[in-house]
Amino acid sequence: MADPMEEIRASFFIECEELLEAMQDGLQMLEDGAADGETINVVFRAVHSIKGGAGAFGLDALVAFAHTFETALDGVRSGRIDVDGDRLKLFFRCGDLLADHVRATRDGETLETAAHEQVVEALEALGGDLEEEEIGDFQPMAMSLDLPGLGSDGDLPDLGSLGGLPDLDFGMDFGEGGATASGAWLIRFAPKDELYSTGNEPLYLLRALADLGEVEVTADTDRVPDLDALDPAAACISWTILLTADTDEATIREVFDFVDGLCELSIKTAADDAQSNADALGEADLPLLDLPVAEVEPEHDAPAAPTPEPEPVAVPESVAVPVAVALAPPSTATRPALTAAPSAASDRKPTAPHATVRVDLERIDRLVNLVGELVINQAMLSQSVREAGVPQTSPASSRLDEFLQLTRDIQECVMMIRAQPVKSLFQRMGRIVREAAAAVGKDVRLHTDGEATEIDKTVVELLAEPLMHMIRNAVDHGLEKTEARIAAGKSPEGLVTLSAGHRSGRVVIEIGDDGAGINRARVLKKAIEKKLIPADAQLTESEIDNLLFMPGFSTAAEVTSISGRGVGMDVVRTAIVSLGGRISITSREGAGTTFSISLPLTLAVLDGMVVRVEEETLVIPLAAIVETLTLNSTDVRTLGPETQVVRVRDAFLPLLDLGTELGYRTPRGDYSGAIVLLITQEDNSRTALVVDAIEDQRQVVIKGLHDSYGHVPGVAAATILGDGQIALILDPIDLIANASGRSRISTRAELALAG
Amino acid sequence: MTRTVLAVDDSRTMRDMLRLALTEVGIKAHFAEDGVHGLEVLEGLEPDAIITDINMPRMDGFGFISAVRKRPEYRGVPILVLTTESAPELKQRAREAGATGWIVKPFDPAKLVRAIDMVAG
Repeated sequence: MADPMEEIRASFFIECEELLEAMQDGLQMLEDGAADGETINVVFRAVHSIKGGAGAFGLDALVAFAHTFETALDGVRSGRIDVDGDRLKLFFRCGDLLADHVRATRDGETLETAAHEQVVEALEALGGDLEEEEIGDFQPMAMSLDLPGLGSDGDLPDLGSLGGLPDLDFGMDFGEGGATASGAWLIRFAPKDELYSTGNEPLYLLRALADLGEVEVTADTDRVPDLDALDPAAACISWTILLTADTDEATIREVFDFVDGLCELSIKTAADDAQSNADALGEADLPLLDLPVAEVEPEHDAPAAPTPEPEPVAVPESVAVPVAVALAPPSTATRPALTAAPSAASDRKPTAPHATVRVDLERIDRLVNLVGELVINQAMLSQSVREAGVPQTSPASSRLDEFLQLTRDIQECVMMIRAQPVKSLFQRMGRIVREAAAAVGKDVRLHTDGEATEIDKTVVELLAEPLMHMIRNAVDHGLEKTEARIAAGKSPEGLVTLSAGHRSGRVVIEIGDDGAGINRARVLKKAIEKKLIPADAQLTESEIDNLLFMPGFSTAAEVTSISGRGVGMDVVRTAIVSLGGRISITSREGAGTTFSISLPLTLAVLDGMVVRVEEETLVIPLAAIVETLTLNSTDVRTLGPETQVVRVRDAFLPLLDLGTELGYRTPRGDYSGAIVLLITQEDNSRTALVVDAIEDQRQVVIKGLHDSYGHVPGVAAATILGDGQIALILDPIDLIANASGRSRISTRAELALAG
Repeated sequence: MTRTVLAVDDSRTMRDMLRLALTEVGIKAHFAEDGVHGLEVLEGLEPDAIITDINMPRMDGFGFISAVRKRPEYRGVPILVLTTESAPELKQRAREAGATGWIVKPFDPAKLVRAIDMVAG
């Protein structure tokens, strides 16, 4: 990146996200009652830092809003404002809006102002009159990085060239008239003790004056006592400066800005004789500056500097030092102790607690792809070595095993780069809950769990939309109205839970509510009304629940503003499926509904079982398989005209012939001796899937088919095997959901065939 | 001769901007994230000037300045305060703690460098 400011700007927005997260955490702690004295400070500082950074980039709208928010928080911090439930809600809203502001600013968008103004008004009402003056006091100023006249070769610009800086007005507007006033100024400057104790240095002030024009400085050393009576911290010397310059009083006062109140200062235009005096001096190239360097130093530096100055207070009268000399090397001359060991100092670097590197996502994707190729290549190599008849015990084989291990480690590391905790995603949902709850007038609390669970970054991003929709559904449809809750003996405050966790190689995210549960009678009625199912259909509870996922289904008797607008649960399911995930519902009447989303950890590789059916090689995700067995004749029972079940440890599981389901063959009818895979689903129901042979168990690289073929039922993706052959990766759950279940030819069909 | 400045600010963005503005003119900049960290970094460092933010975790700018001034070897080091508010009482508090001058955030790099020149030569 060429422009350093652009880079800092990009990094600012990243920092903003971190600060917003810290702010959210803090507000959450306040709400949960887990806050301590520092919590409000953390929230305040987060907002304050956003404001500070925004100011640096001239992002006025962001600055203004952050300032309003900050003022209210400052009120809380200083105890002027008490935090109660309603105010905390307001702060949450502010946090949300601040996040909006940050993101809109980052993306160059403009914000909708209606909600914004309302919040600002509420905030200002909260802050009351005490913020009025402070708002006016803060003046954002854009930062410009043009540094004309400043040496870019790493050398310090000398002060002479600084004088040539075009923009030295310190942000003040003096107007045209004053700036052109030319003439001589008589300045009397008498430091007080405090000037030195705050680390100020008269020498530099005098030099700054010399930058404005020609100066003639006289030191008044009358008050300097004898050496034995000298208090090194006391101010003993005062100066009279005759300045000849094209300047005005304000500019001169600006020089003394830092010492205002720490000295006696008078600035007047010089009388005519003073003017002529200055003219006479003007002949010299450099005016002589009566600058008593030696006297200044002991008062200021001697107590601090271990190196004694050889001739400090010894000189009783003022010493004439040419300005040129005083300007160039004074730092070396007067501060030996402070500058003596720059190399030792530079060895010491500030410790950086969180060192991070920002990397373009594209580069990581390239790395992920390459590692994927490496895995394939490794598999091919293994296969070739085996086929070449190299014995398993040979060094080549054992090296190859190490290579396999290494490849897997690399792959894992690469995947970890892409992994990201779901915390940021969950935090965004907090806001959705608040907004949805406010829109439908319900009192809702969000509880989150497992925020540290990591998942592929792409998945996190693509999950936001469906999750948002489900959260809105939970608030709008899942939870009862407050009166209904009270009538049912529940807490008036509804609870929405959002949790994430790892389960058998996948990430499971659950969205639950403690509402009334799915009204199945109503769902069934609606589905029949909409002709989604035949009127006489006999459905199990779980089948009724799954009607929610059917396209065009919406249960909301009254369409509300926040959900049920066009986007249905079918869209949510499609989105989840396209991420390689699955979604299921469990609902208990009166106790609530939970949606569970199961997602692969990564979108790039998969542990799979390589199986053969007829002449086809297929891959089935290992995560879906709980068990493999060989059937004997007593295990299989007939159930219905075309279907059979398998008895596994006192349970009967439906039997599916993979070859039949994929259309490779007609049902075999007799499956004794067949190999079956037990496939488990999210609701823990199992199915027995018949395959002809199990060939291998290995990691495969997923090559998506979506872009070329769209969604193929039962097929998740494809992969390239070690021998270069392409194999389909099945989605067994999808396959089972759409299965015909035929594992035998019905007697009637047999008769028809025979006849 | 390279000048050394210690800058203390909890905002990464602000540190980045300070780094840019300071290194541009050849100042060697050291950074710390709060007052406590600032005192740690200061150990063994002989800066020509110190720049500090006010609002920081663990130890704020006022506390940091007082702590620096308590150390005899740093009694005379110029300390510039970076503040977003230019309210007089803030300046007064900073000065009482021992601050030399102040720069209003957002700062203009040229002005920042000039302020350093003003206090550190």
